[in-house]
Amino acid sequence: MLIKQLSVFVENQKGKLWEITDILRKGEVDIRALTIADTTDFGILRLIVSDPAKAEYSLKEQGFTVSLTDVIAVQVDDRPGALAAVLDVLNQADISVEYMYAFVSKAEDAACVILRVDDNARALEVLKQNGVRLVSTAY
Amino acid sequence: MEQHYYSPVETAPLDEIRALQSYRLLKTVRHIYDHVPFYRNKFDELGLTPEDIKTVDDVSKLPFTYKQDLRDNYPYGLFAVPQDQVVRVHASSGTTGKQTVVGYTQRDLDVWGEIIARAISAAGGTKHDFVHISYGYGLFTGGLGLHQGATTLGASVIPVSTGNTKRQIQIMQDFGSDILCCTPSYAMYMGETIRDMGIDPNALKLRAGIFGAEPWSEEMRKKIEELLAIKAYDIYGLSEIMGPGVSYECSEQTGMHVNEDHFIVEVIDPDTGEVLPEGSWGELVFTCITKEALPLIRYRTRDIGFISRKKCSCGRTFVKMSKPNGRTDDMLIIRGVNVFPSQIESVLLQFPDITPNYLLIVDREGALDSLEIQVEMAEGAAFDAVRLIEKREKEISGAVESILGIAATIHLVSPKTLARSEGKAQRVIDKRKL
Repeated sequence: MLIKQLSVFVENQKGKLWEITDILRKGEVDIRALTIADTTDFGILRLIVSDPAKAEYSLKEQGFTVSLTDVIAVQVDDRPGALAAVLDVLNQADISVEYMYAFVSKAEDAACVILRVDDNARALEVLKQNGVRLVSTAY
Repeated sequence: MEQHYYSPVETAPLDEIRALQSYRLLKTVRHIYDHVPFYRNKFDELGLTPEDIKTVDDVSKLPFTYKQDLRDNYPYGLFAVPQDQVVRVHASSGTTGKQTVVGYTQRDLDVWGEIIARAISAAGGTKHDFVHISYGYGLFTGGLGLHQGATTLGASVIPVSTGNTKRQIQIMQDFGSDILCCTPSYAMYMGETIRDMGIDPNALKLRAGIFGAEPWSEEMRKKIEELLAIKAYDIYGLSEIMGPGVSYECSEQTGMHVNEDHFIVEVIDPDTGEVLPEGSWGELVFTCITKEALPLIRYRTRDIGFISRKKCSCGRTFVKMSKPNGRTDDMLIIRGVNVFPSQIESVLLQFPDITPNYLLIVDREGALDSLEIQVEMAEGAAFDAVRLIEKREKEISGAVESILGIAATIHLVSPKTLARSEGKAQRVIDKRKL
């Protein structure tokens, strides 16, 4: 129930993001979701893609520092309070969220939220217990 | 490891070596007094005559020679033989100022070949080996020096020179190179390239490397030995004295034996000029005692190291000098603190997910010097969060501060983004306008 997220180290230089997306284009890898954590000098680009292994290989081959991380993806209804309810479950279980980001799910009226937490196994357990819809693949 | 001595003198008793040194020093002093006006004037100023020098112990009575003296007498002013006896000139890289020119007679070249043959033998090389030379050929002494030495030994020379690293590796594979000679930073780069090309270094015939022309740390040695699956030996020298081969490392890998039958080494306090006892750190000073074309005496190398007569397991009796921990030329003074790039290198090598490819950028903001260190992360480093990178940068900064006593800003950069050099590595950018 975990999905693979690609993390790419990106220096703050003009054209770097284009370079990454261009490598993925050439490898015919589709991007489903992305987010950037940035500092003054560098950023970490996090991606959910159609073929994480291929994306990792292609980027590494071009000299990028890439790692794969297991993250949780949950489906959240498109209404006020839906995300709060999911986070409440984690909060109650004393699980900390390192970062999260959302993307539009293929299902209508729902968003998909990627969660990186400090304890994947326990988070999966409590989310399941509380009837949160887990997404097993972004595709 | 089985020992190969190229010359019997390498294991001669100390009193024999000293007797030889005394004899040769006297001859050299006479030679320069008679043929180099610069030295005659210096002697006269000091009220010194060649007769005052009776044994090797009197070497400390002689005046120092500085790099500036070579520059002031540029190009040939300090040569001690007429031009028709000079068969070769080389020049220093001029990285720290105007370049200097050095010259050799045929006999000087023969001596040079012999001392480098000793170095290759000490690294286990024989005439049955292919010696792959990736130092630059030309005015720089590295390429032609090692070439001369390997030829003297009777080994088969592969004179590749620098450049086109993939082709170098192809040659290494196809020609069966046994021993590699280049700068340590280029050896690292070759090691990385071998990995990139998907070649298993253990499948190469290469078994030893002789690396010099820039200071390198023990940690870097380990890294090179691992990357290339070889034993890595240091070789020391400077063009003003001869070029590479002034001293060389043996199987013990704990310092370099000085070719004492050709050079006298002293360690001095760089500020007072006083000779320091064995084992003390100070500036290395060399006196040539067999050179004909350019016999410099008490040449101030600006390299910081120490010497030791402790018995060496290899059987050689020549005094050993430490790896210089930096050249005073390379030394940066940042906020009043002496900083050698090699110190920073050894800090960086303690961290598994970064490489020793780094760049120091010194600048001045207002009245305060700042030090920025850019360092490449290793391929395969797993930094998936900003926090992890910042944590690592902080740890490196802390380690640098504990060694140097000054704070540095650390920036991790992507693998292979800092410029690579095929010769001497460019590690420092000093933007201060002093």
